[in-house]
Order: sequence, then C-alpha cells, then structure tokens
Amino acid sequence: MAQGIDPIHQFQLHDLAGPWNIAGHEISFTNSALFMGIAVALVTGTILAAAARGELVPGRLQSIGELWYEFVHNMVKNVLGHEGKAFFPLVFTIFSFVLVANMLGMFPYFFTVTSHVVITATLAVFVVALVVVVGIARHGLGWFKLFVPSGVPMVILPFISLIEVISFLSRPVSLGLRLFGNMLAGHIVLKVFAGFVVLLGSMGFGGIIGSIAPLGMAVALTALEFLVAFLQAFVFAILTCVYLNDALHTHH
Amino acid sequence: MSQSTLAVAEATTTEAPAPAAAEEGAAPATTEGTGAEGGHGGFPPMDAHTFPSQIFWLVIFFGLLYLLMSKLALPRMEAVLTKRHKAIESDLSKASALKHETEAAIRHYEKSLADARANAQGIATETRAKIAAEIEAERSALEKTLSAKLAEADARISATKAKAMQDVNEVAAETAAEIVSALTGAPVSKDQAARAIAGLKG
Repeated sequence: MAQGIDPIHQFQLHDLAGPWNIAGHEISFTNSALFMGIAVALVTGTILAAAARGELVPGRLQSIGELWYEFVHNMVKNVLGHEGKAFFPLVFTIFSFVLVANMLGMFPYFFTVTSHVVITATLAVFVVALVVVVGIARHGLGWFKLFVPSGVPMVILPFISLIEVISFLSRPVSLGLRLFGNMLAGHIVLKVFAGFVVLLGSMGFGGIIGSIAPLGMAVALTALEFLVAFLQAFVFAILTCVYLNDALHTHH
Repeated sequence: MSQSTLAVAEATTTEAPAPAAAEEGAAPATTEGTGAEGGHGGFPPMDAHTFPSQIFWLVIFFGLLYLLMSKLALPRMEAVLTKRHKAIESDLSKASALKHETEAAIRHYEKSLADARANAQGIATETRAKIAAEIEAERSALEKTLSAKLAEADARISATKAKAMQDVNEVAAETAAEIVSALTGAPVSKDQAARAIAGLKG
C-alpha cells in the first residue's frame, strides 16, 4: 500500500538481467534500458512502416511518419539552413528518442527514461561537446571568437568574454536539467494527486466525495503532462539546433 | 570501487529524506550490486550507483537509433517524399504544357473564327452590292419601258382627243347649219357654219 502511493517509487531501477560488470562498473540490463530499447523499436518501427508503402497519397501511418519527418526537417532547415543537412539525422534521433521516451512514461507502470538526470545530462553534454568539436573542426581556433563579441569596448571585453564562457558552459546544465526536472516533477505531481484519490477513496463515502477534486486534477495534469512530454522533446531538439548553429555560423 | 562511490552517493543524496537514511545505513553492504533495486531511502534519479548502467545502455540504444535512422529509416522516408515531390512537379509541368496547348488551340480557333466572320462579311457585302446593282438595272429597264408606254399612251390620248374634237366640230357645224336653215329657211352650207363656229371660238 505504502509502496503503491509512494511518488518516488516509480523512478526506481530494477535489474532485469545481470548483474553484469565492465571494468568494475555495473551495467546490468535494467527497466530503464528496456524502455530505451522499446523507444528505439517504436521509433524505428513507425518510421520504417510509414516509409514502407511509399504511396503517392499517404495513408494514416504514412502521414504520421511524414509529419514527424517534415517537422524535424523544417526545424533543422529553419535554424541551421542548408549546411545543417548533415545534422538532420542526429536532431531527428534526439527528438524522436526523447519524445518517445517521454510519451512511454505517460503509461501507468511504465518507466520514464528521461526522468533520470544522468540520461538527460549525458544527452546534453553530448550535444554541447559536439558543438565544440564541430565548431573547431569547421573554423579552427577562430571558432573561439564566439566568446569575444565584436564591437565591445576593450575595457569590458574580458568581463563579456567571461560571461559568454559561463553562459556557454551552463548550456549542458540547463539543457539537461530542464528535461529532467520537467519529467520528474510532472510524474511526481501526477502520482501525488493519484495517491490522494486512493487514500481518500479508502476512507468511506465522505472520502470518495472528497476524492473527486484530486481525481479531476489528476486527469487535467495527465493532459498537461502529454503536452509537456511533447514540448520538452521539441525544446530539447530546437535548442540542439540553436547550439549547433553556433558551431556552423560563428558571426554572433 | 563501486562500493565506495555508492556509499558517497547515498550519503549525499539521502540528506534530504533524512528519516529513511537510518535504515539505509547498512543497506549498501547487503544490496551490493543491486543497490538500485534494494535502496528505498535514496532518491533514485540521484543514485550514482545506477549511472554507469544508464549511460552504457543510453550510448548503446541512442547509437543504435542513430544508425537505424541515418542509414535506414530516414533515407527511405526521404525517397518517398522525393518521389511525391517529383510526381507532383511532373504533373504540374504536364498540366502547364497542356494548358499552353489548349491556349494555342483556342487562339487558333478564334483566329479562324474571325477569318470566317470577315470572309462572310465580305461575301455578304459583295452579294448585297450585286443584288442592289441587279435591282437597279431591272428598275431602270422597267422604268424605261414604262415611260415609253406612257408616252405612247399620251400620244394616243392626244390623237384621240384631237380626232374627237374634230368630230365634235363637224357635228356642231352640221347641226348649226341645219338649225339655221330650219329657222331661217336659207340654205347654209356646212363650210359656212364651220367658219362661223371657228370665229365664235376665236
């Protein structure tokens, strides 16, 4: 009972296979890994099935796939321009992975991969590291001019550069924490309100009447969480594009 | 090594939910290797013990998804969209070609229509002129014969009239001579009476 309404329990990892170890680190196949695999299978299956028919006038499934493709494609094209074409598969992968992982988390008893900070932080660090690598590969050391805005008086230039560096270094933090925080908080709040319903419902007739309000709240929050699940995937993808734009076009 | 990091993580992360930390104190030793499963006191997302596993599987599955997308799914999707784009474009160009053809046909038709109309107008004018000329010729011929007949009739009338006048004069002279001889008893010749009448008349 207590476990059933514990809002934190849903984030618990369980070993499904293992324990396995590599170089002293445990890498057991957990429920988190299982849902990552489900997300990969869902994304790949949907897109492949959508593209399989390849009809001139798309059916429902093909429309979904095309909408999905065009949505990310337009995002990359609008932010990065034609040079961003090489990054389209990456942005598509990030968007789809985060979106489907978020959406899977909306099912009861399913695990939310993106509610763990290590996942979102790894993705965020990967994105920002990629920006640095691509930036240096494209522009050499001249890429570091990104931190030295032109037209700033020499007196305050060091401070501005320091602020620019700090703001750049805070990108992975904000990028990762935003997704993590949204998913974690949303699921906790959802669970808390659902827990109210269970608690009040077990208190007899008065409790059942009283549980109507938290039930309505839980329903409304579920709708909101679906919006958040999509929105956070979109935000993560578009910020990836915006950051990659710094690597491609240095003029600030 | 993994045990020491686990212990550090638990120590730092269980500070907030303090009450549970007490029973957790002994937990790492017993749940070693499956700390994620056994620990209820810690806050799971901050449980550093699970980090290697999550990162490992994230790298595997994210990399797999990237490969599947970039090598397999997205090129197919792109092919479908390119095919549609091309089909639409070719249909559009075909449609515009047909439209041009139609326009040319319409122009041609309108031109021949205008030609035919001009032609018809020419023929009509010509015919009208011809008919008018014929009518005119016929009319003038008719008028000529009519006026000839009229003149002839006039001549006949005047001749008849003159003859009639002659006859009247003769009758009058005869009558007058007889009347005079009857009244006076003196014989009066016809010539005398005629002269007298002519003198009256004059």
